[in-house]
Amino acid sequence: MNVLWLQSAGCGGCTMSLLCAEGPGVFDLLKGAGISFLWHPALSQETGSEVRRILADVESGALPLDVLCVEGSILTGPKGTGKFQMLSGTGRSMLDWVLSLAPRANHVVAVGTCATYGGVTSAGGNPAGAIGVQYDGHQPGGALPARFRSKSGLPVVNVAGCPTHPDWVTETLLLLAAGELAETDLDALARPLFYAENLVHHACPKNEFYEYKASAEELSQMGCMMEHLGCVGTQASGDCNIRGWNGGGSCTRAGYPCINCTAPEFEEPNHPFTQTPKFAGIPIGLPSDMPKAWFMALASLSKAATPKRLAENAVADRVKVVPSIKSGKQ
Amino acid sequence: MNTRNLLVGPFNRVEGDLEIRLEVEEGKVTSAYANSPMYRGFEPMMLGKAPIDALTITPRICGICSISQSSAAAAALGSAAGLAPAPQGALVAAIMHGIENVCDHLTHFNLFFCADFARPAYAGRDWHDRAVTRFTAMEGSAVRSCIEARAQLLHIVGLLGGKWPHTLAIQPGGVTRAPTVRDRIRMSSTLAAFRRYLETVLFGAPVEAFAALSTAEAITGWSRGDAGLFMEIASDLRLSETGQGPGRYLSFGAYPLPEGRSFGPGVWENGTLSPMDTDRIREDLSHAWMLGDDAHPRQGQTTPDEDMRDPAYSWCKAPRMAGQTMETGAFARQVVDGHPAALDLAVDGSNVLARVAGRLLEVARTQMMMEEWVAQIRPEASFMDDVPVPREGQGEGLVEAARGSLGHWIRIEAGKIASYQIIAPTTWNFSPRDAHGTPGPVEAALVGAEVGAEEDTPLSVQHIVRSFDPCMVCTVH
Repeated sequence: MNVLWLQSAGCGGCTMSLLCAEGPGVFDLLKGAGISFLWHPALSQETGSEVRRILADVESGALPLDVLCVEGSILTGPKGTGKFQMLSGTGRSMLDWVLSLAPRANHVVAVGTCATYGGVTSAGGNPAGAIGVQYDGHQPGGALPARFRSKSGLPVVNVAGCPTHPDWVTETLLLLAAGELAETDLDALARPLFYAENLVHHACPKNEFYEYKASAEELSQMGCMMEHLGCVGTQASGDCNIRGWNGGGSCTRAGYPCINCTAPEFEEPNHPFTQTPKFAGIPIGLPSDMPKAWFMALASLSKAATPKRLAENAVADRVKVVPSIKSGKQ
Repeated sequence: MNTRNLLVGPFNRVEGDLEIRLEVEEGKVTSAYANSPMYRGFEPMMLGKAPIDALTITPRICGICSISQSSAAAAALGSAAGLAPAPQGALVAAIMHGIENVCDHLTHFNLFFCADFARPAYAGRDWHDRAVTRFTAMEGSAVRSCIEARAQLLHIVGLLGGKWPHTLAIQPGGVTRAPTVRDRIRMSSTLAAFRRYLETVLFGAPVEAFAALSTAEAITGWSRGDAGLFMEIASDLRLSETGQGPGRYLSFGAYPLPEGRSFGPGVWENGTLSPMDTDRIREDLSHAWMLGDDAHPRQGQTTPDEDMRDPAYSWCKAPRMAGQTMETGAFARQVVDGHPAALDLAVDGSNVLARVAGRLLEVARTQMMMEEWVAQIRPEASFMDDVPVPREGQGEGLVEAARGSLGHWIRIEAGKIASYQIIAPTTWNFSPRDAHGTPGPVEAALVGAEVGAEEDTPLSVQHIVRSFDPCMVCTVH
């Protein structure tokens, strides 16, 4: 299975993250599954005219394309021209190239939240007119229309994340190569369910604090960050705390909140990222699938039941009180 | 007269988008124009946001210098507050930043730069078979061991910062996670493993031996490890004679710690080191598709010319220090810091070889520094101080990314960002011409590069451009 990878308007961080794949490393992993890069802007030898020939051959159909990976948002500005990103040496915008190449590919994979939904590149007033490959924020229809299906019949596969976990990308490619990724394996936002069926909350090391609503008040404190520090891990799709990043880390493990970077429009939460918006002192966002009245009732009950150990540790930067040990038979 | 124009692109194995236009006469480049063909607009994007949101958004300018952007944003906010981070927090931030910079140097050497030596065009050279074995893109043995070592080293960022890239762990007051003594032991072990990689693969000798090289001859004559293979190739291809830089070197100084910056700051020219004075910076917009006047980044604005009118040819502004172009990066940093081998190399000016040598020196030196920093972690200390960001004020955050000097300038009014300007390393190195018609550093460095009669994507041009390790996503941002 060959892969043509284009870097449209993003930071390149999803490729950098991909290089962090381990056991085996990314090159051995993909090669072992019969996956090769037709061209990758950071990794391939070919430059300049050599690349233009590859692109021309794919465009003409002379070179069959199995997977088109797009990393980065698609810029439509200025004035709808797409000229805020020209694919260098070609005189054509990246928008134009993606529209031309996507129908040639057996599968189209959008890598990262910029490519899937617009992402950080569309933050603020969206100065460059950034959209995703098949979504514009929550709205279906981006550079490609909502009805687009690649030759395989799949919509654009949205491997969202800012950045993407290396395994989310490699496993998506491995599943496609094995013919094991169907539309039913994607969620309502076209994200692969193998990672999007989990919440960042799952296996978060702060879960005991969450259970008792023992909250951190400042960054660097150990308590749950939902009440004050903007954490939306209970609503965010991703297996970050199950899978672990870079040897076992995650945002919440490092003491800062989950900002739901796998979701459309995460870049504009309408409040500072590290502050929880509240109404009458009560956080506005609720955990996914939790009825509000029950959440309120359980929260007040559990807060009242908070053990001293958790109350003290929640506002400390390290464990101050260790769990007590049950005494043996007297 | 045999004259032709070449357009080189897509220009890969640089981070982000780059297009180089060349005018060639009699087999040599006579003029070069560097176009940064992508504009996203991070600076206007920041306006009106809460100042602390800079910590979430600006790292996402760049996936390869993410911690540099994060550190610059935290420093700018701290500068606006007039407060320093907790000393131990600064230490942990320096460890994370050092790891990113070392990883970037390794990625550049093994994945971006040396891959060109494996090209068939060099078949028949004494070293070519070895270069193919070691450096072939995605296949070479050096490429594979590099990504393995790099992924393991980044476990330290996973531990301290949750993930790489795009951590939110570095804050104006310090870092969000207090490492334990057990974490310190783990980090020491990871660094020990990384040292083994450097000493068996890259240098073929103790890192101390490489860091202690004190003359140009000693460094260009290095014969062990992949560093030695590079020096052999560089000598054969006479890489020290191509890609001449301006001879003016800029460094903001790397790793701000309570006792000072571990690599010192300044501007170096003709053997003279001047103190850093950022008031002398201006960004010239004459050849950028940007509206407005030249300005210091405190007063700067970012308003793209949507009609992309001539004579502009890039989205990149042209920063100048006291009106002059500056080269920035690892070699510049080592010259400014006064490393004897770098100073000796600087006698002949900067060039393709010197820039790579600067990175190799820095990898060795940074490994030693990181080992010391980890040993200095005191788990009982506080890693975060209270640094409240003021509702009114301005700040300047100066750091050194792998590729050179990175500055953030913020102005805060009524608790919101009123101005945010960024000058990235490659903004300096890959700037277009200024109002005087003076080319930017890479544009000047390309003049004289040899172009074969059959070449449309000249190898000499590729070596020169990649020797700067451009990060184009940072350049325009």
